[in-house]
Amino acid sequence: MKADLIIIGGGIVGTTIARELSKYKLQVLLVEKEADIGFGSTKANTGIIHAGYDDIPGTIKANLCVRGNTLWPQIAAELGIPFIRTGSWVVACKDEEANTILKLKRRGIMNNVPGLQIIDDRKQLLMLEPNISNKVLLALYAPTAGIISPYEAAIALAENAYHNGVQIQLETEVKDILLEKNAIVGIRTNRGLIETNSVINAAGIYSDEISAMCGINHFSITPVRGEYFVLDKNLNGYVRHILFPVPTPVSKGIVVSKTVAGNLIIGPNANNVNEKTDLATTKPGLNEVFEGAQKLVPGLASKRGMVITIFAGLRAESSIGDFIIEAYDSPRGFINVAGIKSPGLTAAPAIAEKVIQLLKNMDSDLNEKKNYNPSRESIQRTIDSLSTNQSWTNMPKDPNYGHMICRCEHVSEGEIVEAIQRGANTFDGIKFRTRAGMGRCQGGFCTPHLIRILSRELDLKAKSITKHGRFSSIVPYEVKESLMEER
Amino acid sequence: MQNIDVAIIGGGAAGLSAAIEAKKTGAENVLVLERGEELGGILQQCIHTGFGLHYFKENLNGPEYISRFIKTVHELGIDYKLNTMVLQISPNKKLLAMNSVDGPLRLQAKAIVLAMGCREKPRGALAIPGTRPAGIFTAGTAQRLMDVEGYLVGKKIVILGSGDIGLIMARRFVMEGAKVEAVVELMPYPGGLHRNVVQCLEDFQIPLLLQHTITNIQGRDRLKRVTTAKVDKRFTPIPGTEKNIECDTLILSVGLIPENELSRGLGILIDTKTGGPFVDEHMETSERGLFACGNVVHVHDLVDHVTWSGEVAGKNAARVVLDTFPRYKERISLSAGRNVQYVVPQFISGKKPVNLSIRVKRPARRVEINIGNELAFHKPVVRPSEMVVLTLRENQIMEKTKLTVIVRKRR
Ligand SMILES: Cc1cc2nc3c(=O)[nH]c(=O)nc-3n(C[C@H](O)[C@H](O)[C@H](O)COP(=O)(O)OP(=O)(O)OC[C@H]3O[C@@H](n4cnc5c(N)ncnc54)[C@H](O)[C@@H]3O)c2cc1C
Ligand SMILES: Cc1cc2nc3c(=O)[nH]c(=O)nc-3n(C[C@H](O)[C@H](O)[C@H](O)COP(=O)(O)OP(=O)(O)OC[C@H]3O[C@@H](n4cnc5c(N)ncnc54)[C@H](O)[C@@H]3O)c2cc1C
Repeated sequence: MKADLIIIGGGIVGTTIARELSKYKLQVLLVEKEADIGFGSTKANTGIIHAGYDDIPGTIKANLCVRGNTLWPQIAAELGIPFIRTGSWVVACKDEEANTILKLKRRGIMNNVPGLQIIDDRKQLLMLEPNISNKVLLALYAPTAGIISPYEAAIALAENAYHNGVQIQLETEVKDILLEKNAIVGIRTNRGLIETNSVINAAGIYSDEISAMCGINHFSITPVRGEYFVLDKNLNGYVRHILFPVPTPVSKGIVVSKTVAGNLIIGPNANNVNEKTDLATTKPGLNEVFEGAQKLVPGLASKRGMVITIFAGLRAESSIGDFIIEAYDSPRGFINVAGIKSPGLTAAPAIAEKVIQLLKNMDSDLNEKKNYNPSRESIQRTIDSLSTNQSWTNMPKDPNYGHMICRCEHVSEGEIVEAIQRGANTFDGIKFRTRAGMGRCQGGFCTPHLIRILSRELDLKAKSITKHGRFSSIVPYEVKESLMEER
Repeated sequence: MQNIDVAIIGGGAAGLSAAIEAKKTGAENVLVLERGEELGGILQQCIHTGFGLHYFKENLNGPEYISRFIKTVHELGIDYKLNTMVLQISPNKKLLAMNSVDGPLRLQAKAIVLAMGCREKPRGALAIPGTRPAGIFTAGTAQRLMDVEGYLVGKKIVILGSGDIGLIMARRFVMEGAKVEAVVELMPYPGGLHRNVVQCLEDFQIPLLLQHTITNIQGRDRLKRVTTAKVDKRFTPIPGTEKNIECDTLILSVGLIPENELSRGLGILIDTKTGGPFVDEHMETSERGLFACGNVVHVHDLVDHVTWSGEVAGKNAARVVLDTFPRYKERISLSAGRNVQYVVPQFISGKKPVNLSIRVKRPARRVEINIGNELAFHKPVVRPSEMVVLTLRENQIMEKTKLTVIVRKRR
């Protein structure tokens, strides 16, 4: 097998780069070790498109964050995914915090963040956010901040890149990068060798290990875990903006925000962990998150029963501190896109631009395609077509779109089949594409249906259906099977 | 827009008995809307026995019990639609439903009966820390996978929660050749019916760990291990009591929540204690002509009571259609006092006999149940898992506006 260029990693960074590169006449291959796109840090973060006042002026992060923020609305529109500019508030409840707010505003202005405003009228603050702590003194309002569904974004980017010619190979783990005379000649994967002269390392928390395969060792990545709660959609509207506490030197703090689907999300904390697979939530961590959130929104104390799920994500904290986006003389053909922690989601489109620039500088001749199509059709949602009062005749002819499978999120069988046709091959893959199983009962009712539909559409035995690939089989045995064995 | 007399949302035990009673009372055009692929609701997956001891004075399994009602539905020519999800109800009794044959269905009813049943609490509601591997199921989901779909979800099982479904599943797993390592219960007493503790755990020597909880879940792809710990009086895990249990499956049987999303959308008043709508002795909700019955009102432990509540709701829904519905001016509210979680119905007229369903908070022996100041009923034992049903006759009711129900030691 052969490709002009290989992208390692199917997170938000790898997929934005893939889509950007699909504009050019180039044979691009994206490899991802997991069973689906977006199963790394991209599936487990806050989903905020930051305004850009947090990062220190002059850093790569600061520049790319603000640029990324301006790029997202158009990309989201082209891909047919929701992006909501809710605006964000950094909330000060103590006198000493007020200074930090002023500092943040100055920083934001230096970073060219538009529209920053300090609201110091307490009455107005409480009117705009009725559930916020009544200790609130003032807030820094950033109108350009918004929210997105990060995994939906990565999946949509990958689909669009694919339609424009990028090849995607899942469950393909890069084990080594092959070099000859200071130049890349290929990669070795669990599925065999692939020849190529260019590799882009977008491997998230593993990007130091990929980089080391090329002998580039000047940084290391520490996984820093953040834990979250997601609460029931009945709390939609409980907060209207993304609410941040005043940041500490270590983190932007525990956020209370809504998600694009209308749930409430609370988190993250920040704790170094030893293992890059350590996605476990912990009791102290969860307490820290909930208590942190209650400081901003005290009414949450009575809402613990409305939690529908908890999860954790890992940040790729580099020893350098800033994003590492570099090409090298040795080996030629290697580009690192490493240490992409927050605001990596926000910055991703700007990161992709920068990567294209690096490639252009590297004398690769990038010729634009004529037939590049930036738009992607999203999956038709039966429930949306009803609420906009469209008539059923506008719906696809397939009657499956009338058969509701997920009762909490109102997902039809047609949508689930469509998700499978678009590449979902696991439970989580369906969940991230359709929201089936993501609602208040967390798959209690739709699990048996999803197993049936997945095994029918993929022509697989039920026991081969997994939650998220590898050995995560959901129903590993059949009834009476073990009794038979004993005989 | 199709016009119907009584629309029934949900074709489980509650919905079917409501439909039958509505038809028998004289409503002509009764329609049951069920999103499942067959009538019967949750009972279709309950293949164990223990159903109908009160209603039929027979010991039936779930499918046997419900098939009797399905047969009557057919005999009476009651209309129903399967695979049909009701998406919205408005207070003027318009409904929006959806299926693959009709597409969106818009209906206008004269009376509506809510019989949507309940759903199970997921892991998130308990915020059990740890990883998120495959192999964690709510008990009802595991039951459906096993007894309807034919899959065994695992071979080394830990069950959290000793509610009835968890107990029944413990026995089912053993019968299918799986090993149940433990049933873990937070409270100092089991959550399910006493008969289920004996028949499902004790008879199979399955350990029941009372005053224990699960403090951690491990495993990346499939579940590998859970950690249990003893809890103190405030339900906090006691450090040093942690024990790891190797297992591939964790079953959660930690409570049911009445499925009231449609009711909330409608704006009817919900009792935070039951999680279901406030109802009166006719099973009418706070919205006129809108009735509710079965597990959507409060979680029942016996289907017999579900059926009875359905009959009351169906009969009165038909009376609304026929214009014979008795509306009383009197309204006495019933409230939960000492050692009482809730009482249903929450409102009565005091003009006719009524069955009260009372759920106690804690188990107790030799108790007296007081309704208002005058009335006392004696019971040898009460348990939270076993609903107390008392019949209150109109001549027993003295108070005019408010009755408090309390349970206390007999003097
Ligand atoms: C708790 C938390 C909160 C955050 N909040 C925000 C936020 O609100 N806003 C924001 O802008 N950013 C936020 N971020 C940052 C953002 O999530 C990340 O910057 C972004 O997701 C990184 O994307 P990525 O593609 O680099 O990494 P990933 O999504 O991790 O993708 C890397 C991919 O590479 C694959 N891979 C690794 N090694 C190999 C190999 N050897 N072979 C093949 N494939 C391999 C992995 O499986 C993975 O899928 C947050 C991050 C965390 C953890
Ligand atoms: C596992 C288990 C074991 C039990 N064991 C016993 C026992 O041993 N003995 C005993 O007597 N009792 C037992 N019970 C209790 C009793 O059987 C149930 O409480 C009773 O069946 C509930 O009936 P229901 O009609 O209220 O709810 P359900 O049976 O849940 O019916 C509700 C129906 O409404 C439908 N529905 C919901 N929303 C919509 C919508 N929007 N549109 C269309 N349709 C909708 C659902 O699909 C469902 O079919 C058990 C219950 C369970 C769950």
